[in-house]
Amino acid sequence: MIRLVDTTLRDGSHALRHRYTPDQAAAIAGELEQCEVSLIEISHGDGLGGSSFTYGFSEYDSFDLIKAAASAAPRTEVAVLLLPGIGTIEDLEKARECGARAARVATHVTEADVSAQHIAAAKKMGLRAVGFLMMCHMADPARIAEEAVKMESYGADYINLADSAGYLLPEGVAERVSAVRSAVKIPVGFHAHNNLGLAIANSLAAVRAGAEYLDGTLRGLGAGAGNAQIEVLAAVLKRIGYETGADLYRLMDAAEVLVAPLMERPQIIDNGSLMLGYAGVYSSFLLHVYKAAEKYGLDPRYILEELGRRKMVGGQEDMIIDVAWRLKQKKSCPA
Amino acid sequence: MKRVKVGIIGPGNIGSDLMYKVRRSRFLEMGMMAGVVESEGIKRAAALGVPVSTEGVKAVAARKDIRIAFDATSADAHIRYNAAPLKESGIVSIDLTPAALGPYCVPTVNLDALRSEQDINMVTCGGQATIPIIHAIGRVAGVSYAEIVACISSKSAGPGTRANMDEFTQTTAKAIETVGGADKGKAIIVLNPAEPPLMMTDTILTRVKDSSVGLEKIAASVEAVVKELQAYVPGYRVIVPPMLEGDKVTMIVQVEGQGDFLPKYSGNLDIINAAAVAAAERIAEDMLEREGAR
Repeated sequence: MIRLVDTTLRDGSHALRHRYTPDQAAAIAGELEQCEVSLIEISHGDGLGGSSFTYGFSEYDSFDLIKAAASAAPRTEVAVLLLPGIGTIEDLEKARECGARAARVATHVTEADVSAQHIAAAKKMGLRAVGFLMMCHMADPARIAEEAVKMESYGADYINLADSAGYLLPEGVAERVSAVRSAVKIPVGFHAHNNLGLAIANSLAAVRAGAEYLDGTLRGLGAGAGNAQIEVLAAVLKRIGYETGADLYRLMDAAEVLVAPLMERPQIIDNGSLMLGYAGVYSSFLLHVYKAAEKYGLDPRYILEELGRRKMVGGQEDMIIDVAWRLKQKKSCPA
Repeated sequence: MKRVKVGIIGPGNIGSDLMYKVRRSRFLEMGMMAGVVESEGIKRAAALGVPVSTEGVKAVAARKDIRIAFDATSADAHIRYNAAPLKESGIVSIDLTPAALGPYCVPTVNLDALRSEQDINMVTCGGQATIPIIHAIGRVAGVSYAEIVACISSKSAGPGTRANMDEFTQTTAKAIETVGGADKGKAIIVLNPAEPPLMMTDTILTRVKDSSVGLEKIAASVEAVVKELQAYVPGYRVIVPPMLEGDKVTMIVQVEGQGDFLPKYSGNLDIINAAAVAAAERIAEDMLEREGAR
């Protein structure tokens, strides 16, 4: 059994610049419950507390969105994302009061120890806790396994590996999933981005290496070129013969009817998205980079290339300003 | 010249770096380095001829000649063990933990008002690097919202910081409001493991109440406070100068440490220690002046 985790209302929030309304959240969550997905994730794209100048302000209060989704999907576990350093345990407690039943606690792939307090707190609140390692391309399989073991020791119920930059190729995914699987006793999941057109192939590689949870979004709505398109995942897994319990046609309809009309731009691999995957940059940087490129009259590819070279990690959207400003100075003062 | 004797409780990285800064001071001298076990830090202090003890706060509080103590342990230890005995012995506490029993101190903003407090708290490294700027913007244009993103290298984030990310974000946000003067504060911290380690970088974003004062006045106010900061944190630099878009002011600063005990990229640890020593020096100066007049 492969469990599908839908993050249209969290990763998809990046693509909509955090403008989901409570009505949209309720409609999508309610329909996802009918589609029988295992977990529905909802939050600002950067998790609880993400609403900010740096990551973009949410149009509606995040807790109202969580409440709307949780009451529309009473049978399904509703999860929130929490990045220690951005969101707090206090935020998590509030999310629980709004109906969240799981917490995905995310850290950069080499920094699992900052999640100890938050994973323990989630468990204490009676929430399912997921240890979520971001930017998995930036560490080798052995190191990732060590970090996963730490999260397991804090009480995580499963480990989710995220290819946040959409940089990995299928063999890189398989190696990482296998290494973590043999290091921990809890299940492993995988979160793809489609920046190199490999979201489905990478998710499949993860499953073949033993992953039991797969993240996806309706229509692929998400940061950068988007995530693994969940209705495609359902179809591919079904054809191979993996059981997901999800209703394929209903997912397809939800994508077409509920999500397609909301999209501000087609979820394609445009040049900026391709650069994310090529240079290894956190996917949610994309729209902020476009904004900075326009403001400073720069080619977004050079900003992305420099961010990759500087090895910026998730959450460092503020450095886009620094890079763009610097490139602009260089451009306007010819040597 | 007469100097005031200080104790340091907690001989870890922070405590050891503090010791080097104290040894350079014109107003302070090391009276004791205290820990609770034999450690590298204790050995290091002893090798420099500093009196040491593994009896922790007890040893410091028992020393009649120590007048100021830096607490570089943990919030829990400050609250449970250290604060009370120091107070009973009439020793001024400069608290570098997030305990915040006493008022927050950011030297350029409110040190003058805190000179006679018995226990002052040094907020966080991110707070020390950004609150002076927020305050400087606020005094000319008013700040309704201030947000900071502090990036520190993984190598300079010790186990205390890692185990208590919320303490950092919540304490910093609160001090942005109470000391920085913003109506609402938000703080974000990101650890970056890149090699070679990155310098501490802080982005400061504020929404001002009166953008009509113009960028020039805001920039001048910021520039003045940067000069004051550089007097005790020589590695403090503005890397992206203030920019005004609508009512939003954005700027980025970087802090290079002095490399006293910790590497230069640990600007985060340098700035909180430098601020603590600056506070202690001011208090010591007052003590010496009072006694000179007697």
